Amino acid sequence: MLAIRVIPCLDVTNGRVVKGTNFVDLKDAGDPVEIAKQYNLDGADELVFLDITATHEGRNTTIDLVRRTAEKVFIPLTVGGGLKTLEDIRNILNAGADKVSLNSSAVKDPEFIKKASDKFGVQCIVIAIDAKKVGENKWNVFVHGGRIDTGLDVVLWAQKVVELGAGEILLTSMDKDGTKDGYDIELLKAVSSSISIPVIASGGAGKVEHFSQACEYGASAILAASLFHYKKLTIKEVKKYLKSKNIPVRATT
Amino acid sequence: MQTKVAVIDYGCGNIKSVVNALHYCNADTYVIDSPLKISNFGGAILPGVGAFGPAVDFLKSKGFDKAILNYVNSGKMLYGICLGFQLFFAKSYENGEYEGLNLISGEVRKFEFKDKVLKIPHTGWNNVESSESEDAKKMFSAVANEETFYFVHSYYGILKDLSQASSFCDYGIKFCSSVSYKNVWGSQFHPEKSGKNGLKILSNFIDEVNK
Repeated sequence: MLAIRVIPCLDVTNGRVVKGTNFVDLKDAGDPVEIAKQYNLDGADELVFLDITATHEGRNTTIDLVRRTAEKVFIPLTVGGGLKTLEDIRNILNAGADKVSLNSSAVKDPEFIKKASDKFGVQCIVIAIDAKKVGENKWNVFVHGGRIDTGLDVVLWAQKVVELGAGEILLTSMDKDGTKDGYDIELLKAVSSSISIPVIASGGAGKVEHFSQACEYGASAILAASLFHYKKLTIKEVKKYLKSKNIPVRATT
Repeated sequence: MQTKVAVIDYGCGNIKSVVNALHYCNADTYVIDSPLKISNFGGAILPGVGAFGPAVDFLKSKGFDKAILNYVNSGKMLYGICLGFQLFFAKSYENGEYEGLNLISGEVRKFEFKDKVLKIPHTGWNNVESSESEDAKKMFSAVANEETFYFVHSYYGILKDLSQASSFCDYGIKFCSSVSYKNVWGSQFHPEKSGKNGLKILSNFIDEVNK
């Protein structure tokens, strides 16, 4: 059986891991390479680095830490944040990333998804969608760290990125992010049932039950950040619980 | 002495991960982008992500197709990963119809499922069941049966001769997840991204190179 993937996400800036609530109030959470190694030992199925640095220097720091991580950790590594050109993607892949996550640049120029997918393959292109509820069963796509409402409907956008060649969607609920209230399962259900590619649920995990809920509502993978960084829960605990609910997981050793 | 292994770079995707994993397995790894040098190595890896058509066109334009064939005929060890594995087949139907390297009889086709429950690409960790053949045992030596490996693909290879398969995986249908037939090894999963199980398979490959 294909296992549900449990994915810790590391928000990085200037070579450090940080985490905030609702996209603000950032706190230092440690050295990315050390944290990545530990997660690998704990049984993480994949790792996501989101580079939230705006500067060019910061970007080079990120390439360096991707390189150092990829030498030590032999599980899939996705890197996102500020990737605007095919050259940006190539640099990150050459450093050892397996997939890239595109967000604002994809919204600004949807053809960029197609170009990136044609060049690097469908399996390489993760489209990150930051979704915020704007009405009953209606969510809009936000960009620039959640500051700008694009007016795009999340479900329609998800369907469009699939056509353009996305291999996976990283779906973050901005309403739930950092709250530990649980994933936005209505959002998850709406998106997952309308597309054929895997959806990674993100934003709001607080306890083990939230992970199994997300699986029931169509998530192929479940992502969490602060929960794992601050050791409120371990990956082992999450997997043990999922297994007890008959949800297939990769064994942790 | 460290084993010399070539990683064939034909402009398709992420070879860095493969190089990192081979380093971890103590292989002396060289990235080659020309077929001229391939005969210097006892082991070669054909990695690859992306689409079949452009990949095979590029290999042929560089003369890698003939070089790889000669290399295999000389009895040296070859391992294809993901798209690299699919390229071994005679034919693929990815975005059209393309002829592959024809190291394995069979063809590559797309997963087709009626509903949206089974997602495509098949992405993530799935169990494989290894076969009983002697060649399969070499590939999966010291890897427990029903272990998980990392997959990410929308197409899969259909073998003409099932005895060449070294493992099978179940995703909507049962498909061949790896081949080990004499000196030709390949896997649909990514050994370089499958944690310790994947690293074990790569070191088993290196052991064969050393024999």
